[in-house]
Amino acid sequence: MDEIIAILKELHPDVDYETNKSLVDNRIIDSFDIISIVAEIDDRLDVQIPAEEIIPENFNSAEALAALVKRLEDED
Amino acid sequence: MLFVSYEFIAFTIILFVLYYLLPGKWQWPLLLLASYVFYWIANPYYLIYIGTTTVTAFVAGVLMDKAQDRADLSIAAAKKDGTYTSDFKKAAKARAKATKWKILLISMLFNLGILAVTKYTNFVINNINNFLSEANALKAVDILVPMGISFYTFQTVGYLIDTYRGTCKAEKNIFRLALFVSFFPQLVQGPISRYGDLSKTLYEVHKFTEKTFTSGLIRIFWGYFKKVVIADRIITAVTALIGDTETYTGAYVFVAMMFYAFELYCDFTGGIDITIGIAQCLGITVAENFNLPYFSKNIKEYWNRWHITMGSWFTDYIFYPLSVDKNMLKLSKWSREHLGKFWGKRLTVYISAFLVWLATGVWHGAAWNFVVWGLMNFVVIMISQELMPLYEKFHKKFGWKEKAWYGVFEICRTVFLMSLIRMFDCYRDVPMTFKMVGTMFTKYNLNIFTDGSLLNLGLSGSDYIVLAAGLVIILAVSIYKYRSKKDIREVLFDRPWLWYGAMALLLVITLVFGAYGHGYDATQFIYNQF
Repeated sequence: MDEIIAILKELHPDVDYETNKSLVDNRIIDSFDIISIVAEIDDRLDVQIPAEEIIPENFNSAEALAALVKRLEDED
Repeated sequence: MLFVSYEFIAFTIILFVLYYLLPGKWQWPLLLLASYVFYWIANPYYLIYIGTTTVTAFVAGVLMDKAQDRADLSIAAAKKDGTYTSDFKKAAKARAKATKWKILLISMLFNLGILAVTKYTNFVINNINNFLSEANALKAVDILVPMGISFYTFQTVGYLIDTYRGTCKAEKNIFRLALFVSFFPQLVQGPISRYGDLSKTLYEVHKFTEKTFTSGLIRIFWGYFKKVVIADRIITAVTALIGDTETYTGAYVFVAMMFYAFELYCDFTGGIDITIGIAQCLGITVAENFNLPYFSKNIKEYWNRWHITMGSWFTDYIFYPLSVDKNMLKLSKWSREHLGKFWGKRLTVYISAFLVWLATGVWHGAAWNFVVWGLMNFVVIMISQELMPLYEKFHKKFGWKEKAWYGVFEICRTVFLMSLIRMFDCYRDVPMTFKMVGTMFTKYNLNIFTDGSLLNLGLSGSDYIVLAAGLVIILAVSIYKYRSKKDIREVLFDRPWLWYGAMALLLVITLVFGAYGHGYDATQFIYNQF
């Protein structure tokens, strides 16, 4: 979770990722940000997020993103 | 059969009556029949194309589902007989994925191949002839381009990818899939629906309700108002301005640009209003394709509000898969290590965005002007993206961002920029577009706004009054939605006299002020050609 928040903070330092649950819905992060996040997660956590998992529900909060990463790690 | 024709109106009325008279279980088969009749009237040969796409997508979908089911069953069986291991599960899933991938690839290439051959063969031939500097080195071929082929092919490819990904189950009834591919209101110019969304209401039994039906009717009338009163009126001036590039230079180009922006908005959103309205009358929910695009404060936002279903199609099915592809991630890693943080973060995003905008341009038409149009969008979006930190510093210093006037400035700037890029679509000739846009900044013939020159473009003074009144009405409804985040119909329905009054008024305005009369020839929707 800390690593996920660190990745997100690098993109938008001013956002409170602990409380914000609508990052995609409120357009705080966009498609370019999402690609950066996927690349960073691949690089730092060695978890590959497939295209079909790139849906708003998985990127709307740091918590949802962390849950996605955990699920993908478990599946691997 | 044009949307703007008596035949279409009669066709739709008969359909509405039969739809609600027939037993519920016959509703979707009736829609399929109506869709095929609609297509058959346009050209019987079109049915061969859409039929082929439907059959191949059906077979591919079923085969992909079977491959997945086999894997799931073998995993379940292994769990039952105690031979299950995580490696077994991985291997079974990998086998299913590989089989599904092959099926997807073949079916997708086949259907995109049909689209490519029908739409782009002559474009390729022309370019080869130009390259050889010989006009008839290769003869142009006479190929039938089926109506709406870009729309229904993309919709079908979306269905195939969703089935491959497992986000939707394959349709087991070919006739139901045939309706999804051919649903007539959206066949002409979209929206590009997703199977998972449209299928929720497409096959349901729908009972007639006053609110749903009349809401749909108001939406249809609103669409006709925009198309017939505004778009089909202003097109006269646009055609005149674009047609004579010797006379109409300088400020005339600015007029053409703004008129075309207004025409395209009313034409495309009007057509989509008619589509969504017809679907709503039938109780079917079709995805929204616009969300006040001319209220966008930057181009990125504009593309989230304009032709939404096309934009999300390109994002979900091309941009993301391309960006998170293994090789792309490797390139991303390499660029971070070798090119530094700045380029490392940008390189792969830029490559993916470039390819998506190239594809978007090509999708719009087989001509260089569309390719340049797509790439211009790419360039402007990337520049805005790079200027973002500068903008933020600027806003921190001056604090204008929250001011209303600055918001209006941003909206005007976006409309101007988008309209400027759209000139490639307008003149349909890249060098000519650059030349004409250039005159806008070099020739100062501002007198055309005061000396009556604009009355020589095929529009009379009363036409301008109708257009101005139309603009005010559209602006008022849009501003209401922008500020309240509500559709005006939600407020009107609670007051029956306002509800039916608005409906009657729209109908009367459209009938009285529609741009028809002696010699009127209803024009096809602009997006129908894509």
